[in-house]
Amino acid sequence: MHLLVVEDDKDTADFISNGLLQSGHLVDTASNGRDGLYMATTGNFDLVILDRMLPIVDGLTIVRTLRASGNKVPILILSALGEIDHRVDGLKAGADDYLVKPFAFSEMEARVDALCRRTSPDGPETLLCLGDLEMNLITRVVSRAGSSIELQPREFRLLEYLMRHADQVITRTMLLEHVWDYHFDPQTNVIDVHVSRLRSKIDKGFAYPLLHTVRGAGYRLSKEQD
Amino acid sequence: MAVFFKKTLAFARTTTFQLTISYTVVFGISLSLLALFFYWSTIGVVVRETDRIVEEEVRVLSKVYRERGLDWLIKTLSVRARLTRKMLYQFASPEGQPLAGNLKSWPVSKSDGDGWVEFTYVLPQSEVVVPARGRISRLPDGVQFLVARNIEEISQIKNVFERSLQVVISLTVIFALLGGLYMSRRVLRRIAAFTKATGEIVDGGLNRRLESRLTGDEFDVLAEHLNEMLDKIESLLGTVRHVSDNIAHDLRTPLTRLRNKIEVVAASSPESVRAELESSVADADELLLTFASLLRIARIESGTYSPTLEKIDLSVILADAADLYQGVADERNVVLVSDTDPNLVVQGDRNLMFQAISNLLDNAVKNSPSGGAVGLVATKENNEVRLKIHDSGPGIPEEEYDRVLERFSRLDQSRSLPGSGLGLSVVKAVIELHRGTLIFRNNDPGLMVELKFPLN
Repeated sequence: MHLLVVEDDKDTADFISNGLLQSGHLVDTASNGRDGLYMATTGNFDLVILDRMLPIVDGLTIVRTLRASGNKVPILILSALGEIDHRVDGLKAGADDYLVKPFAFSEMEARVDALCRRTSPDGPETLLCLGDLEMNLITRVVSRAGSSIELQPREFRLLEYLMRHADQVITRTMLLEHVWDYHFDPQTNVIDVHVSRLRSKIDKGFAYPLLHTVRGAGYRLSKEQD
Repeated sequence: MAVFFKKTLAFARTTTFQLTISYTVVFGISLSLLALFFYWSTIGVVVRETDRIVEEEVRVLSKVYRERGLDWLIKTLSVRARLTRKMLYQFASPEGQPLAGNLKSWPVSKSDGDGWVEFTYVLPQSEVVVPARGRISRLPDGVQFLVARNIEEISQIKNVFERSLQVVISLTVIFALLGGLYMSRRVLRRIAAFTKATGEIVDGGLNRRLESRLTGDEFDVLAEHLNEMLDKIESLLGTVRHVSDNIAHDLRTPLTRLRNKIEVVAASSPESVRAELESSVADADELLLTFASLLRIARIESGTYSPTLEKIDLSVILADAADLYQGVADERNVVLVSDTDPNLVVQGDRNLMFQAISNLLDNAVKNSPSGGAVGLVATKENNEVRLKIHDSGPGIPEEEYDRVLERFSRLDQSRSLPGSGLGLSVVKAVIELHRGTLIFRNNDPGLMVELKFPLN
């Protein structure tokens, strides 16, 4: 993937680009808003990672300018302005995702993967498969190795999100934002119980585990074993 | 009708209206005193003159009786009665039987304490009834005589005076009331405008200003002063916001770097060190989260937070929150029961509302013992949504109710539990933003938190 990182803080820019280079991405960087906007409009990037507070042209202006000119490149905003209203402003401006500083690299990488995946058009899917796990989105039947599994509506959505992002690390915050659809800071890890309950339904008694816990990051649904 | 009464009552309570009433009363009293003096110095003079003439006649006639006897008195009286039209003279027996004089009948009216009597009689040749005023004197042998004077003109002037006085007083009262009404309406309108504007400012519309009519009256002076004050407050708040946004940017960025460097080092460290480094990262995360909560509370309370206000259904948010916390409750062997009315639509920011409710649920579940219960009840009552969250934990001592809403305040019993002491402060800020109220009650055992929001 070819990524553009627009970030004025050199340390943060290096931290992001080094990490992304190590994961096998091609990374260009810009250190101010004007250069960033120029590169984003002229280059052909798969994803733009944008700091919100930038010298010369600020991040939200770049997003609005790109969207107004019909550019649909996925944009991930990074910002120390982490309040819910700030996040909503960023998403309303046309960004696809908003990540609050400080962030763990794994959290950012998970979101980058999710956004890159989103651009590959699969057409409307009716059946999601991973190994011997199947999810029919029409009949809402989930089965593994031929035997059907009873899921609560919320568990169904949780599994659907994980299957759509199979083999990617999904963080707890991503689950809260996409499965529960709320932006908030939980005081305790309320997600873990839901995931472990789902795990007991789809993994218990089967040949190999699908739902893995990634330490310090989140979860990954994959048939690959660690 | 009830609304009208309410409005009237509210109007009657205004200072201007009360001042108008007092002014009207004072004005009315001074006008009455003036009228009294005027009466005394004009009509009073004529009345007193009449009385003096009558008294003089009585004195003269009594002298005649004393010196010449009754017959002479009757003769004198009859002569005088024939000569005058203004004066009335009449003789009567002790029983009031008319004997002589120019009155056809003896007056029936009783005399006042001083022996004066007022009555009406029919003018000879004209059939006109006119008033008269005079004195009745009783002679030693029981015969009585009356000397009176026609007071038709005086009573006509009196009538005119009384009628004019009535008109003047009613006009004065009406004008004073109307003037007061107009003035208090005018003042009320400006005060209402001020109240509305300041209300909006209190709700966070800090860029609102009070209207000045540029006429330089007291209200304009007040408005100018208040506006200057608001300018200062706004610029101060702007500075605060600027500073806190900068803190967010300038302080959190290096903290982020520090945290990320530790994370990178942790990834390539031997297992023994890694655990320590990872827990340092977790500590840094907690620190930054506390910092974020503090900034959030400050921003909501200062009105600089711009919430996405829309129609939100609290019953949906409550169901989602209950669903999210069901897992934790099960794990702690706590029963989570929720019973909410449908369609609890209020005006609000769904994410903030969810944050507040999840903080409360978090506390309730965390504080309930194994085997305990947490209830989530929401009902629609009158024009508000009433939401109760109760647990079966240790509760909060009543004297601590106010203190637990303060930042960083933690009860001794919960110091060992994880938490920043900011959860309830966030709840309070969010609820105030939504014009709601928060009350703690003793659930006996446990705590009941009651929230009220105005229905949309």
